[in-house]
Amino acid sequence: MKQTKILMGMPISLEIIKCFDKKVFDRVFDYFGDVDHRFSTYKKDSEISKINRGELHRKDFSPKVREVFKLAEQTKKETGGYFNIARPDEKIDPSGIVKGWAIFNAAKILKRYGFKNFYVEAGGDVEVSGLKNKKKWRVGIKNPFNVEEIVKMIEVSSCGVATSGNYARGEHIYNPKTQLQANEIASITIIGPNAYEADRFATAAFAMGGKGIEFIARQRGLEGYMIDNGGIATVTPGFDKYELHR
Amino acid sequence: MKKILLSTFVILAYAGYVIHQKTEQSNIRVIPPRLPSNSFSSLKSPIPTPRQSSPQYKDGTFTGVVTDAFYGPYQVQAVISGGKIVDIIFLQYPNDRRTSIEINTQAMPYLRQEAIQSQSANVDIVTGATQSSLAFRQSLQSALSKAI
Repeated sequence: MKQTKILMGMPISLEIIKCFDKKVFDRVFDYFGDVDHRFSTYKKDSEISKINRGELHRKDFSPKVREVFKLAEQTKKETGGYFNIARPDEKIDPSGIVKGWAIFNAAKILKRYGFKNFYVEAGGDVEVSGLKNKKKWRVGIKNPFNVEEIVKMIEVSSCGVATSGNYARGEHIYNPKTQLQANEIASITIIGPNAYEADRFATAAFAMGGKGIEFIARQRGLEGYMIDNGGIATVTPGFDKYELHR
Repeated sequence: MKKILLSTFVILAYAGYVIHQKTEQSNIRVIPPRLPSNSFSSLKSPIPTPRQSSPQYKDGTFTGVVTDAFYGPYQVQAVISGGKIVDIIFLQYPNDRRTSIEINTQAMPYLRQEAIQSQSANVDIVTGATQSSLAFRQSLQSALSKAI
């Protein structure tokens, strides 16, 4: 069974093989609702908004917020500062890590229910588990220049896939170091052991610009597919073992 | 006896590894991500369309300046033939710090390149960047300002 809901401002889809119990789906969608309620930077009553208004002291932060802050700090170290949830105005914006973390946790919920074959997808990032019809799950990478199109197909089982990019036109991010456009790359897709790893490294690698793919190539357990603004893809050495050749 | 055997094995393995590294160093080749030199031209068109041709460069061998990758210095030499990059030779790459040593115990990555092509959309799931990602952009912008 497959279901999609709009939560956290994006479509969230679940497909669970041999599950016909709507309660299981509701449980996972409720989890995403909770995450949104706690981490949203738009909702005024979220814990993050309260922290940003200075209404919560560090000792009163919930364990979930503490966990995400700890993971964000660790990611910042692992990516040479290219990942950072602190904005210049000193407000916290954990959106670059929360999505992958929430997908990863949602997948754990389904595993605790005993499901082995499923996927959890939120806003273009996904964690897949097991198989569908005895075959690996097929994931298509969107064309950043035409979102109706797929430019690469991969086959995956029990891993996470996440894409960072900038598809909308007219939005240019400048690297203050060089005053050059940071987004000479259109998108970067990362395959990792789970959605959390894939998402945080996709966010950081995109911020690195063209050298992000080299960074990914050096990380154990990660593969990447980077598309630059000229429509050329650069691929890490181990990526081809996932590629579906027609 | 076991200990002696084990340490002999470790020494031999390390020696083999050193020889392997030495032979590797002379012919490290990496196909780099494409240079961003033409990224501004794509700004003119609202939605950039993929281009098949590579940027035109002068033929010859060109040595780059020493640049600071965030884990150490880099210097490369680019070999251009027929207006295209045909080879990149690493003159310097990080090897003095602990993290860098870890990086270099893996061979320098060989990065394949290809022009993107539309494929049949027979897939279970689609991965792509979220379009309404104001928060993401803010986070990214802040990350970049901190990365100076």
